[in-house]
Amino acid sequence: MMENAIAWILIFPLFGSVACAILRMGKRKICYPVAVLSMVGALWGGIETLMQVVASEEYTVSYIFGGWTLDSYPRGVGIEFHADILSILITLVVLGVGLIVALYSKLPVMEETPGKESIFYTLFLLQVTGLAGICLTGDAFNLYVLIEVAALTGYGLIAMGSKRAAAATFNYVILGTIGASLYLLGVGYIYIKTGTLNMVGIHDVIEANNLADSATMQVAFILVVVGILIKMAFFPFHAWLPNAYCNAPTVTSSLLAPLVTKVMIYVMIRMLLSVFGVDFSFELTLWTDFMPWLVVVAIVCAAVMALAQREIKRMLAYLIVAEVGYMVGGVWIYNYYGMIGSIFHVISDACMTLCLFLGAGLILRKAKTTHFDGLRGLFSKMPLTMTGFFIGGFSIIGLPPTCGFFSKWYLITGGMVSQRWEYLVVLMFSTMVMVVLFFRLIERIHLAVSESGENLGHGHGDLGLTEEQTRFDEGPLSMLIPLILAASVVLIVGIYNQDVVNLIKIFLAEFNLPKGVDY
Amino acid sequence: MSAPEAIIVEDIRPLIAFVAPLVGVFGIAWAGEKRKNLRETFTFLVAIIQASAVLSMIPILMSGKIIEFHIWQVFTHVPLLLRVDGFGLLFACVASVLWIATTLYAIGYMRGLHEHAQTRFYSFFAISLSATMGVAFSSNLLTIYFFYEMLSVSTFPLVTHMQDKEARTGGRTYLGYLLFTSLCLLLPALSWCYVWLDEGNVAMDFLADTGKVGAFGQSTQIILLCLFTFGFAKAGIMPLHSWLPGAMVAPTPVSALLHAVAVVKVGVFCVIRVYADIFGLEVLQNMDGEDWMIAIACATILISSLIALSQDNLKRRLAFSTIGQLGYVVLGATLATEQGVGGSVLHVAMHACGKITLFFCAGAIFVASGKKYVSELRGLGRKMPITMGAFMIGSLSVIGLPPLGGFISKWYLALGALDRDAVWVVVVLLLSSLLNVFYLLPVAVTAFFRTEEKENDTGFKEAPLGNME
Repeated sequence: MMENAIAWILIFPLFGSVACAILRMGKRKICYPVAVLSMVGALWGGIETLMQVVASEEYTVSYIFGGWTLDSYPRGVGIEFHADILSILITLVVLGVGLIVALYSKLPVMEETPGKESIFYTLFLLQVTGLAGICLTGDAFNLYVLIEVAALTGYGLIAMGSKRAAAATFNYVILGTIGASLYLLGVGYIYIKTGTLNMVGIHDVIEANNLADSATMQVAFILVVVGILIKMAFFPFHAWLPNAYCNAPTVTSSLLAPLVTKVMIYVMIRMLLSVFGVDFSFELTLWTDFMPWLVVVAIVCAAVMALAQREIKRMLAYLIVAEVGYMVGGVWIYNYYGMIGSIFHVISDACMTLCLFLGAGLILRKAKTTHFDGLRGLFSKMPLTMTGFFIGGFSIIGLPPTCGFFSKWYLITGGMVSQRWEYLVVLMFSTMVMVVLFFRLIERIHLAVSESGENLGHGHGDLGLTEEQTRFDEGPLSMLIPLILAASVVLIVGIYNQDVVNLIKIFLAEFNLPKGVDY
Repeated sequence: MSAPEAIIVEDIRPLIAFVAPLVGVFGIAWAGEKRKNLRETFTFLVAIIQASAVLSMIPILMSGKIIEFHIWQVFTHVPLLLRVDGFGLLFACVASVLWIATTLYAIGYMRGLHEHAQTRFYSFFAISLSATMGVAFSSNLLTIYFFYEMLSVSTFPLVTHMQDKEARTGGRTYLGYLLFTSLCLLLPALSWCYVWLDEGNVAMDFLADTGKVGAFGQSTQIILLCLFTFGFAKAGIMPLHSWLPGAMVAPTPVSALLHAVAVVKVGVFCVIRVYADIFGLEVLQNMDGEDWMIAIACATILISSLIALSQDNLKRRLAFSTIGQLGYVVLGATLATEQGVGGSVLHVAMHACGKITLFFCAGAIFVASGKKYVSELRGLGRKMPITMGAFMIGSLSVIGLPPLGGFISKWYLALGALDRDAVWVVVVLLLSSLLNVFYLLPVAVTAFFRTEEKENDTGFKEAPLGNME
């Protein structure tokens, strides 16, 4: 069982979802423990695989399904799972987030989608299967299939939300399909030229035959990268994201917001580094010249739009768009430290976004609104929730010792070493915007001043609320504990950042990224 | 600032001084609003533990040793390391001893005014003191940055304690200035040093890495110096000083300890650390354009003193006076001579004692009479002779009259200026002392020698005993 750990990662949620679908007949209450247990099993598989990867000689674990062999040249027809340190790290993030959200989901799923628990959990587990599969697969076409698995279940999960969710989902379907189709088209070109779909195989053929000059490959590169950029909601392809996440059920947005965009960043990094190769992606194309500038535009626009929001979930949605800009920028400044920063930011951003969305869910449940005006006095009402929420917020701002500080530190270092001043400036700018966003929230909660600046209380700490409105009234433990877990993960990843970064450094060692210290 | 050959000993006491308030917060929050006496006992207990931990380190330092405590390895080459040297210990002593005094004062003040949310107040007060200890005992730039940020954030609920519109404005200015400078000026400067020095293998340790910045070109050096000086905006160097008067909306104990002692002193403490222990006096002396920093410090001193003259609100007047006094400290550091830096270090301690007296008096006046403005103080000296007497002594110390503390530090500053052949700095010092006389003495003079207008006689007496320090 141990040597198959990597397969168990997918088997647990996949069969869990089948079980949920079967349980539809009457025993809906069992779906929750089934989902939690499958996530625990998958997480066990993930941790076991990480151990195997770290223990193995080349830091990779390859697992071939169904008795295919990869002996042919070019490598591979068949389904290979190829876990190196990067993929297993991101898989662990997916599984960890999945477990925490599954724990959290008990009450909100019952309340928001009554009667549909089994469908919800079926889709939920399939979603996790898809996302974990994206991280683990070693095959460019399987990657497409798994992207679609994740996307289709995502559509279903979102559409279960409020009335407007259907329209938002439709929007998402259109853009998501365009993105995935572009990617598939790109993979088609790659297959024509290289004759293989295995990622390692593609890379070998490109290296051996010097295919970088080929126009076909250039087109394939553009198609693949643009397709992924659409899927990850990189500005200006972000239009689907805010509506989808705001109108989705609480649990859906808590699962999708931390993971979907981050996993797509992983796909981009995987494509650029492992499939096309560093030279092809960064040296022989002009992307490194203009991508940082697109990132600047993306971050500025997303940050400004986040400023304009008056509703927590919507504001968080635009924050995600800005954070996507951070990570894309970290990759395209083409630099060792920037790459570390991007990968680390994928991990830390997943943790802090999870924290924020779980907190927003609790606020929504208690205050019946996530609009800024309904937040007054929440500190005294639900102190633990707000503490957890703001630990996530401080991490987004980048205050030490949260994990957000360390990823930002590496991104800044990367920008400095590669002398991409525009990227540095925009990082500073968006940091300031985040400060404004979160301290504005703190103000709203903590002070008795309305938006237009009128005093609502009578001074001396009177918030203009009745005693009942400010009395201690925390959310249910089944939701609170996951939030506190998420908040402690934010801190723990921050405190143990060196261990994570050392793993990332092992992964990056084989790629010849410029470290560029020459003064 | 200690000699590098000093013996280093591992000791947990700096950690105790740092952690004790953090642990105490749980006790304070647990006791809560309903068990006031217990809550205040906890605050006292923690303050005393901290102060005794700090004071007990004096003999070790006196025997020529340096205390270190390793908490956590942040980056491969950069530890979060607490180290106690002379300068840090002096600052820690001042802050922790004054915290005990402030707690005593705060109990009288907060209860006297029936303030709300006192539990929150005491909790965040303890957290800020913990951060202050962290800064005092930091051993490298990154460590000091961590605690600096912790202090900025943990003082926000104290500044906005009143929770009204004025508090919002004050709080916004406060955080806006402090986080803008620390995230946008300080952080790039930090990463700049960490990335480019020694091929990225540098800890920016205050002891081991002094003067390594000299490897940069002249223009980079001066840019870095600017980023650091302005980045530590808690030092209140003009034009980044406006947060300080804005933050005066806080209750007086906060203004007293945080804005005369802990927060602003953390700012100048960091500046001195950077000047003396990161750049090193040698590098500074060889730097072109370093004179400009002296000029900026002098301008801060003079302009803030002039503004203080025009303020009628007593706390605002004291705030601008603080900016001016911080200017002295930064001036000493920018002079880059042994005497000048010595003067700065002394002035940190001297001004802390003098200014906290003044703030305590201002608070006592407010609690007893509800008066906030200098022009209202006529005849107050008869009613509150002890308070106004203390105010007089505090004023004289800040002005720098010979037997009192303020004189000694100014003397060293002047010597430092002369070492550098900067006679004009001495002129600035004299001029500003004169201005100090003009804006501080009238307060006490009005109180003692001007008779009160009759209709204002409301028959109040001395402030509660807890307010008299």
